Amino acid sequence: MRHLLSAADLDRAQAVEVLDAAARMAATQSREIKKLPTLRGRTVVNLFFEDSTRTRISFETAAKRLSADVINFSAKGSSLSKGESLKDTAQTLQAMGADAVVVRHPASGAPHRLAHAGWVGTSVVNAGDGTHQHPTQALLDAFTIRRHLKADTAHPEAIGNDLDGVTVVIVGDVLHSRVARSNVQLLHTLGARVVIVAPPTLVPVGAHTWPCEIAYDLDQALVDHQPDAVMMLRVQRERMGSGGASAGPGFFPSPLEYTRSYGLDARRLRMLSERAIVLHPGPMNRGLEISAEAADSPRAVILEQVANGVAVRMAVLYLLLAKERETLA
Amino acid sequence: MSSGPAVPFSGAPSSPEPPGPPAGRTAPIGGAEVLTAPEITRALTRIAHEVLERNKGGQQLVLLGIPTRGLPLARRLARKIAEVEPDLDADALVGSLDVTMYRDDLHRQPTRTLGSTDLPPGGVDDQVVVLVDDVLFSGRTIRAALDALNDLGRPRAVQLAVLVDRGHRELPIRADFVGKNLPTSLAERVQVRVAEIDEVDSVRIDGAGLAED
Repeated sequence: MRHLLSAADLDRAQAVEVLDAAARMAATQSREIKKLPTLRGRTVVNLFFEDSTRTRISFETAAKRLSADVINFSAKGSSLSKGESLKDTAQTLQAMGADAVVVRHPASGAPHRLAHAGWVGTSVVNAGDGTHQHPTQALLDAFTIRRHLKADTAHPEAIGNDLDGVTVVIVGDVLHSRVARSNVQLLHTLGARVVIVAPPTLVPVGAHTWPCEIAYDLDQALVDHQPDAVMMLRVQRERMGSGGASAGPGFFPSPLEYTRSYGLDARRLRMLSERAIVLHPGPMNRGLEISAEAADSPRAVILEQVANGVAVRMAVLYLLLAKERETLA
Repeated sequence: MSSGPAVPFSGAPSSPEPPGPPAGRTAPIGGAEVLTAPEITRALTRIAHEVLERNKGGQQLVLLGIPTRGLPLARRLARKIAEVEPDLDADALVGSLDVTMYRDDLHRQPTRTLGSTDLPPGGVDDQVVVLVDDVLFSGRTIRAALDALNDLGRPRAVQLAVLVDRGHRELPIRADFVGKNLPTSLAERVQVRVAEIDEVDSVRIDGAGLAED
């Protein structure tokens, strides 16, 4: 593995390998001294062309816990606002001696371009590109699901397990969600059954070719599929065109109606089975796709997802960087 | 005679003759057996007594096995120690210490799989820690283990027990308890197999060919 650009890059064995490494990393994060010397002397650049708090901080924490040097580079206040191209920015970072570039970009495919155009010889990690992919988010979701549903007393960390026999329902704004795309692929690779539930306006063209089922009625889907995990997606109003504070034009009639049809509230929470967990990639729109009661319930593992994000990103950086530097292509 | 006793390494070992010289042996791998299963058991029994003797009993003792094969050896040592000192609980003596993330050769190897680090309930602070590994070679694994231990607490003392010491140290490190001193050439390969992982107990030494641990 040289780059991590898409959840589809991983086969089942590789995905399990990342999750196992993440479990080991997570174990080190409960120690008094959380820092490991593994990537001492390596430099990781966080190249963020799009606003992000938790992903950037998560990558930064992960790199620092492995003793790598971290350079943060965000679009605001940089030469990007002066019109520098992606290529020039990347080559500048290369010249500064970066070993890995973590990139978030509003354009789908930008990390792929960066990795394969021959501009730079570093490892590239996709931290979210447009409406395409967000592989580390999918890995941390899979890690969280595995830890809750596949661990037993003999194997508290579920080392070596995949997600066979687990049913995951992904609800909400699939159209604008790179998280949903990555999760459908990765969860399927790991053997889980995936169902996406969304209003027809928020199901992307071509979704019927994805390795998942599609449903339009949340109540019915909760009854039919008896999910072990429910993943609520954020309604991405900033990607819906209008600047209005209410709904985007044409996707759904009103926020209230969206909440009634697709929001996770106390009633739907009670429909879930005993062991089912609730995930949300954050940041949450409380009262829109998830009620405060659901977000704060003991089933919700949303804060745990944040903690697991650091462990998963440590594992990814370890697997990409802690080996011989391949000769530049 | 063909199954290469420790012949001093002298130039090109890659002669064109077929790679599997040992005749007459049914074992699937080549080389000579230097420790048999009963000998390994005897060596561990002796080490268990030496650990107790050196530390005047088993109080405040922690055995940390280095994955992969140091861990089952540490478990066996703990059982033997608990047999001698009945007031000790074997399970509470043993832990594992994964040193992968502390290695100095990470970027020269293919990525290594991470092992688990589990400390006994009491931790390592103010305990006497005995590190247990299968082979002591360059000493770099133990250097990494000392660093890893440093991040986990402050033991009162650290000692080292190994099943085989094959020499060729690259760092000023020595073992406190040794199962067998095995003079080797750098071109030889020492292979420790333990029943918990490999289904048999044996230590073999392969002739020239692969110069790796």
